[in-house]
Amino acid sequence: MDWSFPPEAEEFRNEVKEFIAEHLTDDVINSTHDGTIHNWEFHQKIAERGWLGGAVPSELGGGGKSAIEMAVMIEELQLAGAPIDGMGVAIVVASVVLELGNDHLKETLVPKLLSGETLVSFGYTEPDSGSDVAAAQTRAVKNGSEWIINGQKMWTTMAHIADYVLLLTRTNPDVPKHKGLTFFIVPLDAEGIEIQPVHTMGTERSNATFYDDVRIGDEWRIGDIDGGWEIMKAALKYERGIAGGQFPSPPLIDAFIDYAQKTTAPDGSYIIENPVVRERIVRSLIDVEVCRGFAYNTAFLASEGVMFGVEGSMTKLFASESYKKHSKWFIDMAGVEGLLYLGEDDAPVGGVIDEHFRHAPVTTIYGGTSEISRNLIAEGLLGLPRTR
Amino acid sequence: MYLRLSPDEESIKDIFDSFFDTECSIERVRSSEDSGFDADAWQRFVETGGPGMCLPEICGGGGADLTTAAIVADLLGRYVAPIPFIEHVVATRLIASLDQNNADLPQLATGELIASMALQPLSESTEIVPAGAVANRIIGFRGGEIIVIENANNASPLRNTANLPIARHSFDGGTVIASGDKARYWYQKARSEWQALMAVALTGLGRKAVDIGVTYAKERYQFGVLIGSFQGIQHGFASAITNIEGSHFLSSRAIAALQENANRGEQLAGMAFLFASEAALNAAATSLQYHGGYGFAEEYDVQLYYRRAKGWPLQLGDPGLEYQRIANLYLPKEGVH
Ligand SMILES: Cc1cc2nc3c(=O)[nH]c(=O)nc-3n(C[C@H](O)[C@H](O)[C@H](O)COP(=O)(O)OP(=O)(O)OC[C@H]3O[C@@H](n4cnc5c(N)ncnc54)[C@H](O)[C@@H]3O)c2cc1C
Repeated sequence: MDWSFPPEAEEFRNEVKEFIAEHLTDDVINSTHDGTIHNWEFHQKIAERGWLGGAVPSELGGGGKSAIEMAVMIEELQLAGAPIDGMGVAIVVASVVLELGNDHLKETLVPKLLSGETLVSFGYTEPDSGSDVAAAQTRAVKNGSEWIINGQKMWTTMAHIADYVLLLTRTNPDVPKHKGLTFFIVPLDAEGIEIQPVHTMGTERSNATFYDDVRIGDEWRIGDIDGGWEIMKAALKYERGIAGGQFPSPPLIDAFIDYAQKTTAPDGSYIIENPVVRERIVRSLIDVEVCRGFAYNTAFLASEGVMFGVEGSMTKLFASESYKKHSKWFIDMAGVEGLLYLGEDDAPVGGVIDEHFRHAPVTTIYGGTSEISRNLIAEGLLGLPRTR
Repeated sequence: MYLRLSPDEESIKDIFDSFFDTECSIERVRSSEDSGFDADAWQRFVETGGPGMCLPEICGGGGADLTTAAIVADLLGRYVAPIPFIEHVVATRLIASLDQNNADLPQLATGELIASMALQPLSESTEIVPAGAVANRIIGFRGGEIIVIENANNASPLRNTANLPIARHSFDGGTVIASGDKARYWYQKARSEWQALMAVALTGLGRKAVDIGVTYAKERYQFGVLIGSFQGIQHGFASAITNIEGSHFLSSRAIAALQENANRGEQLAGMAFLFASEAALNAAATSLQYHGGYGFAEEYDVQLYYRRAKGWPLQLGDPGLEYQRIANLYLPKEGVH
């Protein structure tokens, strides 16, 4: 086994680090604290470098960054705590459209997505269907050359800043659930769409979106009628290649080490001198190294053109579960000050410890819950009998 | 970056897989439980050239690198093989690194003589040493010196949790073979190699423990269904195998770092060792639990894995101290006054 990165990936790592040093300013980081998980300026700087297009597979006309280079970029951006949710969405949707979309979508959408001008939000989840995503009930009915859409989506994150939503709809209620689904890319300024904020414990804002007799042309359909599950699979495939989430802990660990060196515990000793604290920091660092192994392995598989599934589930499960554990440890070890919100005097390291504690729980829920990951591992890797 | 075994490595793996399958079958493991050592298996291992595979050719070895030893260590864990391969590899490499002309090296390279080492700097007058009951040459580190003792009339083994061939030794009167910075450097390196190879072995052990449990869960019915269809059981196995997979990647990275002499080798080896110790025990404990009462019965193999998952790594001492040692490699010792 050879764990070394090819020289061009190492060079690219340096380029990304320099980019971060220049563009991931305090202002950018601070802009994410108020619930905005996207920063347009930073996003567009990434686009200017050609890195959004670079991530699109070259056989689809993308800029030919290798899977390993992409992994390096995603790693560095996460280590620095950069806002990259929008980047992931742009790359996934552009890739899906280039692979399976019609010319209209390719022309109107892809250039603007890759130049960082526009964003698409994901509209899969509904009030009554989350993990069981194929049970979506939002209806799309064909009416001449038009489609009429009615229904509601839940957790349409970034819809309030995006121009489109990748919408999962039901076009046939009379067949098994996976077989009656169709996808559209719906312009969010279409008449009949309402976006309401959903505020969360983690400060970040999501949305509920409502679709009331929304009329769109057939050119906004992506994939076959009733062939939506193929689009879903393609979206998940590209998401696996690009999705972050492997390194949520390092910014927290770094911030805590800094804090623990400068702050004394009630007995007067520095927090960093406490053996319990030291063991927990080491345990957290070990988990991060394990995440590196998982992340490099999926990058390697992607570079070999292997369609991986279970490996992605394991990566997500381990990274999110360990992050949740770390967030609990670090808030404990900061003591009562750990509770303080951003902006309060004495809030440790700018209040990020509290922020991580409140954010961490969502990472084991969105993008496939830990339970769903374990189901997939049990069935896909261990061959245990299906329970559902 | 290439994260699979190469064709050459695959064939090495096949060769040793059939070796262990024949010479360290679970029946053989059980029949050597009293001594923790299967002398016949070691003899066959000697015939494969295994004991000296990672020694330089100039010392009579096979010139293979640590990556190759890791292939064997993984199988050693899978088969919970009662031969002191890891201790022998790291102790002989240490001796060869200090002196390529050491008089014992030819016999150590063939495996006629077995070597081992004490895994912590010596502090007591006597120490319990891994493979101490079967090793002929034992290395210790004390006061900046590397000491070798000869164990001519095999010390008596101490009965223990994991049926390990451990024994107590005094290092008084041993031969000093290195001192100062050189001694410190090579002793630490050997210890890191032991940790990384042990991490690989524990990962193999844990993976097999999950296999054993999953196989059982596909055969055992309760409430009219296979127990493997219960989600509680599925999720326990899924978490266990995820940690084992993580341990596989980390231990493999540690081996690679030591191989390349990367400056992170010591840290990664310690980290891999600590993570693998927990992952392997968790895998074995999970598997044992899902056997129900039978898991507790001597007759079922999973208990062999459970006991070794604890015993093998504990030969290095309290893991809590190892966490502190790694912390000292990474973290400032004091606050910023
Ligand atoms: C902040 C945030 C942002 C999000 N952003 C988006 C977005 O942009 N677009 C989008 O489409 N969605 C988004 N989601 C939705 C997210 O993907 C879902 O919340 C998630 O898939 C779980 O669905 P659910 O919330 O309906 O929970 P449910 O599916 O109702 O699950 C409830 C509980 O039951 C468990 N469970 C369900 N099925 C099983 C099973 N088969 N076996 C065992 N346990 C099971 C789950 O693990 C969970 O613990 C977001 C969610 C949040 C919180």
